Amino acid sequence: MKRFYLLLVAVAVIGGALLYMAGKTKAGSVSAVSDVPPANDGFKGNTLGSDSAPVEVVEYVDYECPICAIFATIQFPTIKEQLITTGKVRWRIRDYPLRIPAHPNARYAALAAECAGEQGKFWPMADSLFMHHDWAQTGRDVSGLFRGFAQATGVDLAKYDACMQTQKYAGRIAASYLEGEQLGVNGTPTFFVNGRSYPGRATSDGFKAYVDSLIANRTTRR
Amino acid sequence: MRHRQVIAVLALAGLFVALYLYLYKIGVYGELKCGTGGCEVVQASPYAVLLGQPVALYGVLGYAALFAVCLTGLHPRFAAQRWPTTALAVMATLGFAFTAYLTGLEAFVIHAWCRWCLGSAVIITLIWFVALPAALRSRRPRTVS
Repeated sequence: MKRFYLLLVAVAVIGGALLYMAGKTKAGSVSAVSDVPPANDGFKGNTLGSDSAPVEVVEYVDYECPICAIFATIQFPTIKEQLITTGKVRWRIRDYPLRIPAHPNARYAALAAECAGEQGKFWPMADSLFMHHDWAQTGRDVSGLFRGFAQATGVDLAKYDACMQTQKYAGRIAASYLEGEQLGVNGTPTFFVNGRSYPGRATSDGFKAYVDSLIANRTTRR
Repeated sequence: MRHRQVIAVLALAGLFVALYLYLYKIGVYGELKCGTGGCEVVQASPYAVLLGQPVALYGVLGYAALFAVCLTGLHPRFAAQRWPTTALAVMATLGFAFTAYLTGLEAFVIHAWCRWCLGSAVIITLIWFVALPAALRSRRPRTVS
């Protein structure tokens, strides 16, 4: 019996020591992206849908924004089914990582999405960032988490790591932000439909009604 | 008696694993020591929260309950009684079933593996392997020679 209690004490001491040591690692650290000047490399965002779709929706997005996450997880799947796969709409994502203290990882998330996009995995990565949105606004170091997302999408991790370390697309993201500002974007998500500010509600029904009306107008004009 | 000691040690180890995941989930720790990003992917998924509470909290409470029942059952006053053995078997079975569900989520829904969660799964499986036969043995009538 004495040996049993000694064993219990040993497990308790080892467990307590490990918890204490884990607590010594820096909490609340943020994966920072350097402030770089905008670099317009001609890239106009990642798209989903047919190149010949009559309507193009441009969405300015911040991956740390909860409303963007709700839109992406609740409304977007229906939009995809009703408008994108049917060939009516081409959806284009532009980065607009808000520069507010409450979104410390927004640019890092945009960078992760671009680095996955470099390997053709932009959309699965964006889905992961929005689906597992618990990371947002906690101020935690998200580098390991995003790397896990990237790994799950099937990217070559060595290339992803190199892209993240060099912040390869930081300038592109800054350029996208600047373009958004020039268009009058001041929050996310902000939508433009065929180059004009979208006046409707950010719901699948709202987009369907608006897109259908645009297509109907186009048809009657012919 | 020996099975209660074994379960107590395992439950205490499991308690620390669950506590580690819970403290991460509530923001005490900035990162999980995982080797890959799998732990964080699992912890950031919607499945890491159940009924408004982190799943790891249920682990903490479950292992704490197992540990408490073991210690109670080892007290001389209750050592000869059967109920602690039965209670351990019931709790271990519930814990094992819940862990099997969570492991299934990791494999088929989240598509990421959390090593700490797997560690906890191994612990609860061992507890179940010890608790269940002990409960079955305790139900057999004792023969007097």
